[in-house]
Amino acid sequence: MTPRPAHEAPLLSVRGLRKSFGDAVVLDDVHLDVQPGECVVLIGASGSGKSTLLRCVNLLEQVDDGVITLAGRDITDPRVDADEVRARMGIVFQAYNLFPHLTVLDNVTLAPRRVHKVPRAEAESRALAMLERVGLADRARARPDDLSGGQQQRVAIARAMVNSPQLLLLDEVTSALDPELVGEVLDLLRDLREEGMTMILSTHEMGFARNVADTVCFLDGGRVLEQGPPSEVLGSPREPRTRQFLSRLVS
Amino acid sequence: MPSGAWAPSPVELERRAYRRSRTARSAAVSAVSTVVVLGILAWLITHSEGWPRVQETFFSWDKAVHSFPAVLKGLWLNIRLMLICGVSILALGLTLAIMRTLRGPIFFPLRLLSTVYVDLFRGLPLLLLLLLLGLGVPALRLANVPTELAFWGAVAIVLSYSAYVAEVFRAGIESVHPSQRAASRALGLSNGQTLRHVVLPQAVRRVTPPLMNDFVSLQKDSGLIAVLGATDAIRAAQIETASDFNYTPYVVAGVLFLCLTIPMARLTDHVARKQGWHGAGGPL
Ligand SMILES: Nc1ncnc2c1ncn2[C@@H]1O[C@H](COP(=O)(O)OP(=O)(O)O)[C@@H](O)[C@H]1O
Ligand SMILES: [Mg+2]
Repeated sequence: MTPRPAHEAPLLSVRGLRKSFGDAVVLDDVHLDVQPGECVVLIGASGSGKSTLLRCVNLLEQVDDGVITLAGRDITDPRVDADEVRARMGIVFQAYNLFPHLTVLDNVTLAPRRVHKVPRAEAESRALAMLERVGLADRARARPDDLSGGQQQRVAIARAMVNSPQLLLLDEVTSALDPELVGEVLDLLRDLREEGMTMILSTHEMGFARNVADTVCFLDGGRVLEQGPPSEVLGSPREPRTRQFLSRLVS
Repeated sequence: MPSGAWAPSPVELERRAYRRSRTARSAAVSAVSTVVVLGILAWLITHSEGWPRVQETFFSWDKAVHSFPAVLKGLWLNIRLMLICGVSILALGLTLAIMRTLRGPIFFPLRLLSTVYVDLFRGLPLLLLLLLLGLGVPALRLANVPTELAFWGAVAIVLSYSAYVAEVFRAGIESVHPSQRAASRALGLSNGQTLRHVVLPQAVRRVTPPLMNDFVSLQKDSGLIAVLGATDAIRAAQIETASDFNYTPYVVAGVLFLCLTIPMARLTDHVARKQGWHGAGGPL
C-alpha cells in the first residue's frame, strides 16, 4: 500500500519497530516511511503507542527491535551519538515542557547556544525571527508562566524549529489547550506544513488531520492497522477497528 | 505475527552484543582505574617516612582486638541513643512544622513559639547545647529529674535536631501544590483532615530522603555525648587509649560507626532513587 509514488528516498524509515515496557508490548512490528516534506499524522486511541513511537524516533526510548533510519543512516545503532541525531530533529510535547526559570528568548536560544555553539547575538536574532514567525516576538522577555497555554505551545514550537531541524515531531500539541487556543497552534502547524517542513504529529483533531496530512496512520494496540491518504483512512476506512475509532470520535 | 512468537532479529542481537561489550568495557575501565588509584595511594602512604610509627599507634591489630569489646559495648549506648533520639526528633519536628504552618490569628502564639524554638536551637552549636544541658542541669540538683549524663546528652541532641527536622518537614508541607488542598477542601474535608490525609502523606514522602540523610548525621553526632563523659563508643575508645597512648581504639570506633552509617546511606540512596522514579510525573 504505497499511495504516493515513492520516487524519493524516505527521510525517515521505520522498519519492524518493537518496544515493550516490562511485559507490555507497546509497539509491535511498526513500519512507517516519511518522505521529505511529507506530513504524517498518527491517530489512535489513548494508549495505542503514538507517544512511544515519537519518543523512539527521537531516541528518547531504546527500542527492543527494528531499525529506524534518518536520511539513510541507522540511528538505532548504539554506536550512533544520540545527541547528534536529536540535534537534527525537533520535538514538541503535549505539556510544552518549557523551562520555567528561563525567559521565552532564553528557552529558544538555549540549544543553539549550548549545543550548536552559535554566538549569543546570532542565536538571539535567529530566535527573535522564529518568535516573530510564531507571532510572539513581543513576549521574548516574558517568563513561560506569564503566557497562555497556546502561547507557551507556540514558544515550544519555536524552540523546536530554531535549529532548522530536518524533521519535526509533535505529540498531541493541542491536547492540553483550551478549545479557543487550539486554532492558533494548528494554524501555525499548517503554515509550517505549507513551507515544506517534514513532520510527524499525533493528534485527536480529525478535521485538522484531514486537512494537513499526506498520510494518516491509525495505531491500534501498538500496531499500524491502516495507513494511507486521509481521504482513504478517514473517509472510507477498510478496517472495522478504524471505523469504530472514528465513529466514537464523531459522536 | 503474534507478539508471543517474537524473537529478536539479527540486527537487535548484534546491538545487544555491542551494548554488552560496552558495559563490560566500562566495568573493566572502572575496575582498573580504581585499583590504580588505590594502589598509588597505598604505596604513597606505606612508603612515607612516618608510616611505621603511624601503623603502630593507629593500626595495631593486637590493640584493636583487645579494645574491641569495650568499644562495642560503648557503641550499644550510641545505638540506643540514636533510636530513641530519632523517634523523638521526628515527633517533635513534625509537631513544630505543623504548628508553624497553621493559619489564622488564633494560632499566632503557636506559630511564634515554633519559630522562636527553631531559631534558637538551630542557631546554637550542638556541642554548646550538650555542655550547657549535660553539665548545667545536673548541677541544679533538681528533685525528680534524671541526672544521668546520657539523658541530658539525648535531650540536647533532640532539641538541636528537631529544629532542623521541623524545617525539612515545613519545606515538604509547603511543596505540596495548593491545588491539592483546594481539591481536598472542595470534597468537604476540613483543614485538619486535609493536612492529615492529603498534605502530610505527600510531604512526608517527599522529604524522606533528606530526613534519612539527617539520620545518618545523627548516628555520628550521637558520639558527641562523649564530651559529657557518658561511656559511648568514643569515650570507651578514649579510656582504652589512656593506658598506653596507642590510638588504635579510635580507629576501631571509626570503623564501627561506618558499619552503622554506610548501610543507612545506601538505603537513603535507594529510597531517593525509587522516589525519583515515581516523582518525575507529568505527561510527555
Ligand atoms: N515509561 C513507561 N513505562 C511503562 N509503560 C509505559 C511507559 N510509557 C508508556 N507506557 C505504556 O505504553 C502504552 C502506550 O503509551 P503511549 O505511547 O503514551 O500512548 P498514546 O500516546 O497513544 O496515548 C500505554 O499503555 C502506556 O501505559
Ligand atoms: Mg500520548
